Amino acid sequence: MVNKDMGIFPNDDDLIKIRNDMLRFAQLQLRDTTLAEDAVQEAFAAAFSNADQYAGRASVRTWVFTILKNKIVDQIRRQSRMVNISSMSSDSDDFDEQFEKLFNENGYWLPEARPRGWENPEDSLQQSQFWIIFEACLSHLPEKTARIFMMREFLELHILEICSELGITASNCSVTLHRARLGLRGCLDRRWFNKKEGIC
Amino acid sequence: MLNCKEVTYLVSEHQDRKPSLKESLHLKLHLMMCAGCRNMEQHVKFLRQATTRYAIEVNKDDHG
Repeated sequence: MVNKDMGIFPNDDDLIKIRNDMLRFAQLQLRDTTLAEDAVQEAFAAAFSNADQYAGRASVRTWVFTILKNKIVDQIRRQSRMVNISSMSSDSDDFDEQFEKLFNENGYWLPEARPRGWENPEDSLQQSQFWIIFEACLSHLPEKTARIFMMREFLELHILEICSELGITASNCSVTLHRARLGLRGCLDRRWFNKKEGIC
Repeated sequence: MLNCKEVTYLVSEHQDRKPSLKESLHLKLHLMMCAGCRNMEQHVKFLRQATTRYAIEVNKDDHG
């Protein structure tokens, strides 16, 4: 456990663990091992060179994760200047198809797709198994969809910042977030909250 | 009258910007009558809670 009260630097084992968690977090957002490693490397470099600014208000983990988030945003900015986001949509046909299967031609839920209640969902937040499913569901989102969702939810960027970074319209962004949320909701429902035993 | 597809879009959009009064009223009316969309709204709110928690969760030693 990292000491949260004082600015004591974590030991080697803690540091390795932090690094692995950071890599997983960066990988999930950037979907590229090399870029993820670069972002983590940069975050550590920034953390070390600014070590004297670290006042021990938060845990070292929280501190380096905050730096990492900024590095990921930088990386996304760099990337979005090089890659046209609209060229990232080729992998989302299945996903769009699944989305269309939720509603009938009048736009009402099809019976099998109508969301059922989740019992005490907050309890799941305490279970490490839940987070494994949560990450799996995130990584099943198509790349472009996941990118926009992550920028909104993990990096907490405003929707207008996201569309200006990625060069898309605000409504395009909202449509994508709608699909991302319904997709994630469906995935968590199938794989966790209303999981049928014996079916993967 | 909004259908479920439109309602779920608005529910999602309201996570990102403030709704207008008119939208809120339309939404409330639909949600009162539609359990599917009510559940969806709960789930979307839970997703926000979970993503916020995720960053904290990766801070914990017992995760991963």
